[in-house]
Amino acid sequence: MAKITLSNLAHSYMSNPRSEKDYALRRVDHEWVDGEAYALLGPSGCGKSTLLNIISGILTPSEGRILFDEEDVTFAETADRNIAQVFQFPVVYDTMTVRQNLEFPLKNRGADSKYIQQRVASIARSIKVEDILDNKAQGLTADAKQKISLGRGMVREDVNAILFDEPLTVIDPHMKWELRTQLKALHKELKHTMIFVTHDQTEALTFADKVVVMNAGSVVQIGTPEELFDKPAHTFVGYFIGSPGMNVFDAEVAGNIATLQGHKMQLSSMYKKLSGKVELGIRPEFITLCEEDQGIKIDIVRVEDVAHHKIVRAIYNEKNINIIVPEDVKITPNMTHMCFNMDRVNVYLNDWLVEGEKTS
Amino acid sequence: MSLQLENVTFSVDGQTHIYNTNLTLKKGTMNVLLGRTSSGKTTLMRIMAGLDVPTSGRILWDGKDVTGMRVQDRKIAMVYQQFINYPSMSVYDNIAAPLRIMGKDEYEIDIAVKKIASLMRLDGMLDRKPQELSGGQQQRCALARSLVKGSGLVLLDEPLANLDYKLREELRAEIPKMFEESGAIFVYATTEPEEALLLGGNVATLWEGEITQFGETADVYHNPKDAVTAKVFSNPAMNFLKIRKEGDFIYYGNNQKAPALDVLANLENGRYLAGFRPNHLELKRQNETSIKFTAHLDVTEITGAETFLHMSFDNETWIGLVHGVHDLDYDSDLDVYLHTRHIFVFAQDGELLETASYAKNR
Repeated sequence: MAKITLSNLAHSYMSNPRSEKDYALRRVDHEWVDGEAYALLGPSGCGKSTLLNIISGILTPSEGRILFDEEDVTFAETADRNIAQVFQFPVVYDTMTVRQNLEFPLKNRGADSKYIQQRVASIARSIKVEDILDNKAQGLTADAKQKISLGRGMVREDVNAILFDEPLTVIDPHMKWELRTQLKALHKELKHTMIFVTHDQTEALTFADKVVVMNAGSVVQIGTPEELFDKPAHTFVGYFIGSPGMNVFDAEVAGNIATLQGHKMQLSSMYKKLSGKVELGIRPEFITLCEEDQGIKIDIVRVEDVAHHKIVRAIYNEKNINIIVPEDVKITPNMTHMCFNMDRVNVYLNDWLVEGEKTS
Repeated sequence: MSLQLENVTFSVDGQTHIYNTNLTLKKGTMNVLLGRTSSGKTTLMRIMAGLDVPTSGRILWDGKDVTGMRVQDRKIAMVYQQFINYPSMSVYDNIAAPLRIMGKDEYEIDIAVKKIASLMRLDGMLDRKPQELSGGQQQRCALARSLVKGSGLVLLDEPLANLDYKLREELRAEIPKMFEESGAIFVYATTEPEEALLLGGNVATLWEGEITQFGETADVYHNPKDAVTAKVFSNPAMNFLKIRKEGDFIYYGNNQKAPALDVLANLENGRYLAGFRPNHLELKRQNETSIKFTAHLDVTEITGAETFLHMSFDNETWIGLVHGVHDLDYDSDLDVYLHTRHIFVFAQDGELLETASYAKNR
């Protein structure tokens, strides 16, 4: 296992990149702590696969260096990096048994047969395939095959890191729960450095100690799930994390007073004078429907009952907004206004979070 | 306008893929086929489209038998998981294609294409080629083409499965709008319970080639006919607990007991399966009468807003969903609470006997 350092790393698929726009991956400096689980999260084309390919050695970066512990591996081949990889689609040898598939990486490295036996037994127990160990992989379902791919990725204890490239894409929702739990338990047990690429926020947030949110070639925020939820560093993070994402309102902010279309409200922090595009960000979870005289008038378009809560789709100042109403709250016809939980309102200047000074 | 499946079955080489199915879909309804992979969703759609002929039974369109009719002769549109567009044609020509095949005049085509393009928010992109669009826009183009000819039946087979999470969220909110304006019969296959709930309308839950229940989506969710339907229509899955009723008490786990309140009070003495949804497990006792379980906590997953608790109790695996961030010790005992009003009671063979009282008073 190793610490992975990205130093001044950037990549462009063009030979003469001129502006920031020409980079698939813009300059990034980051240290992946040994033994932590990370998720790289972002939409298609955000650069997450480019970054993963640089770490695995499939791609040589056009700028900067990558280090495993203190060793510079920028130009090292994939085979020399001592990493395990799990891909979007299962890669198993159909003619081999499940046991032979799991043994394969260890046998390749000439491990001791007693050790192999122990290790395979332990992994088989973790991923719950003990009862099919001597079955041929051929004929297993896609779910089971991907489970074996995951197991094989984890079987070696001496790898520098394990890289996962959207490994749950082909898996049914109910199986995702099981595989994720197993991955998580294995990480807890083995403490491998893990990097998990996905566009699915639930996968990223539930799997990782730290989530790296990327957009348009840049790392926008690195944080724990809680930090990304409570204090999105950029309006993009607020939108991308959370379902539905954070609501954003044009506003004016002076001191601890925010003004929305003439509506004044008191913020829980003091802000210096802000010039530029000023917005308030507030998650659907922290807006409540309230009656006249209490809040701000909105136009409710529809209410979707998604069982454990309701999503209210509404319009305010010509913009779509979402409000989450808990399961046990009844929506009455006189709830035509919205009220904010002021402790959960964030202030953004030109899309970036501004931290105010807490008023007590 | 209606589509009726009458005693339809479908087998290949003696293997049954679809068991005896009766289903009537009415004009202007959204119908979700909800089931896990290989539960029969796609097969059922192919039969509706006329791409496969049922082994027995009939397909009726407005009461008229169309069982053997070729797919080309039916007024049907189908959108697949893989979005399909003509790569060499512009977005405009892609959308116009079905109308040109029908021999409509260009003036009529222009009006129809622009109308549907605006609905699908493709207005500014009509001159582009599909490859110049994002994945979401490409799928919207495929959807627009399927809607433009005014098909009476629109079949969507997991149309959002290959899109980014956030794009799915946006298109999911748009599909009910398109559907409302079209007046057609929509059939939408998905593996995701949440998608079914967001789409609304009706749902047919599928399990191993059989429709276990068909009805209004919210109603099926709140009143699942049996344990299988409850399992299909929940993500994470519904949790189960084996209970025994005796006198004024229920017994569970290692001979623990709790007063038989709410729906439990109506049960005759005997053995049952209690079911409850993950979000109804609580970490704090909210009510005096809540039942306490000391479960084993295997793993927690934190999403920032919520925490998933993966537990085991009495040889069953449970998932709890609680608000907020709870950093709990793995591999330890954890007390969780359940209010009796959140308990569904199933017979041991899975048939629903009592709907949870909270769901009745919705």
